[in-house]
Amino acid sequence: MPSVDRPSLSLLAAFGRQFRRHGQALMASLTDVANPLLFFFMVVTLFPLGLGPDPLQLASMAPGILWVVALLASLMVSARMFASDFEDGSLEQMALASHPLSVLALGEVAAHWLATGCLLAVVSPVFAMMLGLPSQGLGVLVLSLLLGTLCLTLIGAVGSALTVSIRRGGLLLSLLIIPLNVPVLIFGTAAVTEAVMGRDPSTWLTLMGALAAGMLALAPLAVGAALRISLDS
Amino acid sequence: MRGMWAFIHKLGSPPWFFGFSGTLVRWLLPVTVLLLAVGAYWGLLVAPPDFRQGNSYRIIYIHVPAAVVALAGYYVMAIAGAISLIWRIKMADVAMRAAAPVGAVLTAVALVTGAIWGKPTWGAWWVWDARITSMLILLFLYLGVVALFEAYENKTAAAKACAVLTLVGTVNIPIIYKSVDWWYSLHQPASLKFTGESAIDASMLYPLLVMIGAFYLLFAMSMLLNMRAELLWQHRNAHWLRQRLDVS
Repeated sequence: MPSVDRPSLSLLAAFGRQFRRHGQALMASLTDVANPLLFFFMVVTLFPLGLGPDPLQLASMAPGILWVVALLASLMVSARMFASDFEDGSLEQMALASHPLSVLALGEVAAHWLATGCLLAVVSPVFAMMLGLPSQGLGVLVLSLLLGTLCLTLIGAVGSALTVSIRRGGLLLSLLIIPLNVPVLIFGTAAVTEAVMGRDPSTWLTLMGALAAGMLALAPLAVGAALRISLDS
Repeated sequence: MRGMWAFIHKLGSPPWFFGFSGTLVRWLLPVTVLLLAVGAYWGLLVAPPDFRQGNSYRIIYIHVPAAVVALAGYYVMAIAGAISLIWRIKMADVAMRAAAPVGAVLTAVALVTGAIWGKPTWGAWWVWDARITSMLILLFLYLGVVALFEAYENKTAAAKACAVLTLVGTVNIPIIYKSVDWWYSLHQPASLKFTGESAIDASMLYPLLVMIGAFYLLFAMSMLLNMRAELLWQHRNAHWLRQRLDVS
């Protein structure tokens, strides 16, 4: 009986290796990690310049501003999520591996989220205070951004996987994923606004958590299918 | 049951579908035109004017059918996409590709007629109402599919990529709609309630139903014509097509 070709690594180990490999690549070129933060910083600066320095007005708009800018920053970085893997051929190796492509891709997405979305959520209170967001909203802002950027990264991964083989796919990517990001933006802004008003934000946070859990289950499948299509094209 | 499966198998064959859709369009065309004419005459001239809005409400006979069919069109596209991904039937690719622009145009028609209706009713061309915002997002979803298809040079890959995108969109549409609904109720409008849920009188409802039926047929017919155009292009060198075109 011919022996079944068994993968030498467990699924979890393969996931871990992908995570580490992508994480190391991100750390090696710090610009990929620093750019979204700088982008966030600069766009947040644009709002007082455009709207005027009135602290009350800025504070009332801060949840929306911070969330819109976080969405844009995530959009900006997701364009490159699979680009280098596609260019240097590692994506083809991943597709040939005996592990499911969706799990291997999820390893990369996890590293990507940790280096961009998670980091952005952790430093967001600094920008929030610059806009005068009342302090009772800060904790919820971080929490909602942690969950929300996970959703944004997963949707971004689907979009990125669909457009990775297309030259100049950046604008197309934003057309594909902005409509899908609408619920995340709504839940996130609502959670922070409720917290600022002194009300209970847990409804919105649980909705966001449910969204993140659902996407964590389904998005990798779409990413795997989309990456195979991109490789075939 | 076996007859149904045989029919479904035949649908997947381009030569058979080309002939079948030709016959179908010939029958659909007069019925669609008749229904559109009856619905438009009934709705625009016969139905009584609205108590509050006068005659301006009559745009409902274009606006609502366009919106209803635009939403249904996305699901048609998604089902075609699922069929294409699961059973790899090429005809499903053609159907999905054909539905996208028609759905996008209907969504745009719904948005524009909504704006025109909004001006006399609400005093503004555009209001960030939950339904309008949802329709706008639907338009973006449609345009995304069209743009993604155009961006791929390999059209087989393009169709598969669009199928994945429409399926992702289908999972998200209920979430988007619900979230926009909540967003709207969270920012409760201070002044007036835009969508007073009043029961529509039968004299206004029946022409509306006729128009909705007419728009469904219009969608089906446009989609079939799009599919035929695509088949003509794809099989422009095929023997069966040349034969058929010489005969007719």
